[in-house]
Amino acid sequence: MTPTFSPAEIRKDFPIFSKTMRGGNRLVYLDSGATSQKPRQVLDAERNFYELHNAAVHRGAHLLAEEASIAYEDSRGILAKFLNANVDEVIFTKSATESINAIAYSFGNSAPDSRFALKAGDRIVVSELEHHANLIPWQQLAKRTGAELVWFSIDSEGRLDLSNAEDLINNRTKIVAITHQSNVLGTIVPLDEIVKLAHSVGAVVVLDACQSAPHFAIDVKKLDIDFLAFSGHKALGPTGVGILWGRSELLNQMEPFLTGGSMIESVTMTDAKWAPSPKRFEAGVPNMAQAVGFAAAISYLNNLGMENVANHERDLTAYALTKFSQLRGVEVIGPKENKDRGSVISFTMEGIHPHDVGQVLDQYGVAVRTGHHCAWPLMKKLGIVGTTRASFYIYNDEADVDVLIDSIEQAQKYFKV
Amino acid sequence: MELDSLYQEVILDHYKHPLHKKLSADFSAQVHHVNPSCGDEITLNVMIKNGLVENVSWEGVGCSISQASTSIAADLMIGKSLEDALTTVDSFSQLMSSKGTEAGNEEVLEDGVALAGVSKFPARIKCALLGWMAFKDAALQSK
Repeated sequence: MTPTFSPAEIRKDFPIFSKTMRGGNRLVYLDSGATSQKPRQVLDAERNFYELHNAAVHRGAHLLAEEASIAYEDSRGILAKFLNANVDEVIFTKSATESINAIAYSFGNSAPDSRFALKAGDRIVVSELEHHANLIPWQQLAKRTGAELVWFSIDSEGRLDLSNAEDLINNRTKIVAITHQSNVLGTIVPLDEIVKLAHSVGAVVVLDACQSAPHFAIDVKKLDIDFLAFSGHKALGPTGVGILWGRSELLNQMEPFLTGGSMIESVTMTDAKWAPSPKRFEAGVPNMAQAVGFAAAISYLNNLGMENVANHERDLTAYALTKFSQLRGVEVIGPKENKDRGSVISFTMEGIHPHDVGQVLDQYGVAVRTGHHCAWPLMKKLGIVGTTRASFYIYNDEADVDVLIDSIEQAQKYFKV
Repeated sequence: MELDSLYQEVILDHYKHPLHKKLSADFSAQVHHVNPSCGDEITLNVMIKNGLVENVSWEGVGCSISQASTSIAADLMIGKSLEDALTTVDSFSQLMSSKGTEAGNEEVLEDGVALAGVSKFPARIKCALLGWMAFKDAALQSK
């Protein structure tokens, strides 16, 4: 453990950890991969916005409108710095799902001669690791345009098989959309080779950073990607707010996904001209308080230091993987070596269905995710119906892992396996 | 323990030794139902002739609740008139929506009353209903 990093101290900032769970137990929250808990600082920031500064941003000449606009734009600045991005490239959406759909629909709405237009014969590349949110938008875009959807396979440990990368990413490839870290297996995807190949054929790279950005430092310039999506609620922030980041030279050539107020430069009854990014992609009054709360969450993470967060999670994952390896009748699904993997452990248990595992764990205050994790094709590939998934974050410690392991053994006793 | 109201011994027995879990060759209707939130799936065959449920058989994957419940439902329906069978399904659906306030009528539901505790766990009700809804669908298709 990093000596200065104290999950017990961190938990004091999170009101939900004072709740008593089933069986009179304390909360052992191991479902941050689905959504994280929220510190008081985030809740206060949202409340503070509503109580003191609430007004529609970028409209009105009054003090509140000014303050709201400043708070909203400052939040954008904090997010931009977090990603090492330019501030005009950071777009607030309602979710990462919306961010990915915005790109897919924007491309789909392009004029036939646009560099973004897709036609029969063009290719979109994804991987078998994708969450439905980074699969279905592309699958459907392919269906609408006649483009072909192809994908990277995984090996038995859940690592991406790059052996046919040059076949998949060829000169017909327009988009490579890939997850940074598998939400199910924790696999961290090697981006360098994929990005280089994609750019060598003129394709853009869309990164689903939902499971990575909350857990380790992201630098969009170093990664050399073209678009990135992630959500606030998995990074200590509120629900209802996500980020779409894109290179400004691309964003400013793209068709908007949603049209309406705020996103225009000029309007007549028959035509409209689009504003430059980020406004181009922010139609309507945005989720202001949520954006402010999101920025407060990022500031909270910045105070901890993303390197410390990453180190803490790596150490905790190592501890958990060792404990798991000592259990009988339990199989970790995904990388077993603590290298290029995040703080997510999916497992199956002999003779006990994941839903039943989750139910028994719940009795001990342990909150995990069970089922297919919005990655149904991945489950089919692995030949399993689902897994139980424990995902760790800043407020988890070795004691939480110990409770998890004990309750897994209780489940085995309960189901007599 | 609260868990015991969910996992009655009868349920664990049906889970480990499910009844009628082998698809028959003949059927008057076959349905495939899935639970999209958890991935549970079953295929269920019914043979209904002259208003009588002559046979129910099934195959599938899922949690102990869905598997035991389907086993219980299949065994219960065989030999009933179609009309009785559909009334029984309604009775079970009502029990599942009772939020733990009803014990269920054992004369009608037999082993099915062991699932009464499921109604206190909202996330598991759909597991318990999977086989029953599949049966209802298949029965109505056989009409």
